[in-house]
Amino acid sequence: MSDPLLSVRGLCKRFGAIVATDNLHLDVARGEMHALIGPNGAGKTTLIGQLTGEIRPNDGTIHFDGSDITALSVDARARLGLARSFQISSVFDTFTAEGNVALSVQARQTHSFKFWTPAASIARLRQPARRKLSAVGLAGRDGTVAADLAHGEHRQLELAMALATEPRMLLLDEPMAGLGIHESKAMTALLQSLKSQFTILLIEHDMDVVFSLADLISVLVGGRIIASGTPDEIRANADVRYAYLGEDSEEFLATEGGHASH
Amino acid sequence: MSHHTRIIFYLALIALAACVPALGDVFYTRLATQIAIYGMVAMSVDLLVGYTGLLTFGQAGFFGIGAYVTGILSTHGLHSAFLVWPAAILVTMLVALVIGALALRTRGFQFIMVTLAFAQMIYYFWLSQRSLGGENGFSIPKRNVVFGFLNMEDHTTFYYVVLVLLVLVAIFSLRLVNSQFGMVIRGIRDNERRVFAIGFPAFRYKLAMFCIAGGIAGLAGALMANHTSHVGTDMMSWQQSGNFLAMVILGSSGTLIGPILGAAVFTVFQQVVSDMSSHWLFYFGLLIVLRILLFKGSLFRFLSAAVPAGQETTAGGGVLIDAPRPAGLETE
Repeated sequence: MSDPLLSVRGLCKRFGAIVATDNLHLDVARGEMHALIGPNGAGKTTLIGQLTGEIRPNDGTIHFDGSDITALSVDARARLGLARSFQISSVFDTFTAEGNVALSVQARQTHSFKFWTPAASIARLRQPARRKLSAVGLAGRDGTVAADLAHGEHRQLELAMALATEPRMLLLDEPMAGLGIHESKAMTALLQSLKSQFTILLIEHDMDVVFSLADLISVLVGGRIIASGTPDEIRANADVRYAYLGEDSEEFLATEGGHASH
Repeated sequence: MSHHTRIIFYLALIALAACVPALGDVFYTRLATQIAIYGMVAMSVDLLVGYTGLLTFGQAGFFGIGAYVTGILSTHGLHSAFLVWPAAILVTMLVALVIGALALRTRGFQFIMVTLAFAQMIYYFWLSQRSLGGENGFSIPKRNVVFGFLNMEDHTTFYYVVLVLLVLVAIFSLRLVNSQFGMVIRGIRDNERRVFAIGFPAFRYKLAMFCIAGGIAGLAGALMANHTSHVGTDMMSWQQSGNFLAMVILGSSGTLIGPILGAAVFTVFQQVVSDMSSHWLFYFGLLIVLRILLFKGSLFRFLSAAVPAGQETTAGGGVLIDAPRPAGLETE
């Protein structure tokens, strides 16, 4: 485990006087599910932006599979196998569910400057797309236009699109956001199954999910990682408790209770 | 409309267009020629507005370049359509490549203004060419020759040449927007951020589409120069760019064939009402407002509503994308 898949060193991002990312270090080992938690305003969104390439850091480096990707564009990182899902579902509204995923499959090719053959007649795009849809529990919804899918289905489609790019690492930005009880259960089971197949960095507010699924948890507060460890270590960490004893303390303590009952 | 009824609808439109010379009045043939040429430009605008989500206000600039290249080559004794028209397309695409490389760095409202600004630069460039007649432009000695046995000076023959080219461009465009390239392009329209996130360098695809649309407008410009045997700066005024947008709105964006119908309605309306009143634009404004209020979808779909609606099917047994949806202009 000396060679992490994702390695962040000394990352800094300032917006004027505000330091959103403050000399941040983070390693995600191969095959690991690493959860990132932190109160609102801790700098999670800014960090994801820098990992995906949408935001340029002021300082520091990001290495993916040994190569420096700090200066790479969003699409170049995606082609290297760093796939993301979005906190707010971000799909192609006029495409069918299958069309959404098929376009992600298409992104794996060297290029898509193919002007003549209808994409809908290409089986090597559609078959993997259907497989990914059924993998996330959307079998039978292939032909539904994305705009007509329910919120929970959008979350599943998000994941199918990320999976279709055949990534080496998944950056999941709050996959549980806005899900009902039933949908949450299904999504938790889905994350559980992804865990064995991919290296995952999971940003999530749902502490039940984080503490039950993650191998390692890092706690982001004020733009820096204040603690990193196994779920048990994090639960016992005084700094983390203090950080959460502000507004989110109840949520955090409730998780502890929930876990104790297992 | 199912795949088959759609094809029947297209064939009926082509048959209808092919019958115009049978009316026996050269006025109608020339009017139909103008409609076909404007329809070609409107279709190129739709490729950008309806499919790529790029609201361009500069397509008349490319239309004008195609016309001027044709005019200049023709006055220098080059008459073969197989040389002149590809040259017109090529030059237009090269200019579109340069303009697109700069303009596509902007978005939304800025993009509208930047494309308008570039079109105005093209306009004033030709306006300042004293040797080319400045504002008035210049006349072309004779029409380009496609095949020796075709008398291009005959308006009916020329009309059929234009019609064949329009059909070819329409087939190409319909294939294009449903190809893998087309899927990337529509993805950019729907959600550009996601297109980047799944690994597409979106800029290249937008630039390619901008050049293709420019090339089509360039070809239409070449045809217009032949049609009127004259080129002038009025072809690329900003009003002309606005007219092309109006045709797209009238016929509905994101349908490709709709804008051709829009061009027909626009041109006929202009012709008929401007005979009756000098304030034809006032009535045209009313028409646009009524069009948008009455038919929320497309004129194209309104016409095809007579055909029983069915689930969209293609040879592949399903679709990747919804049937024509109001896009671009109409969702903004």
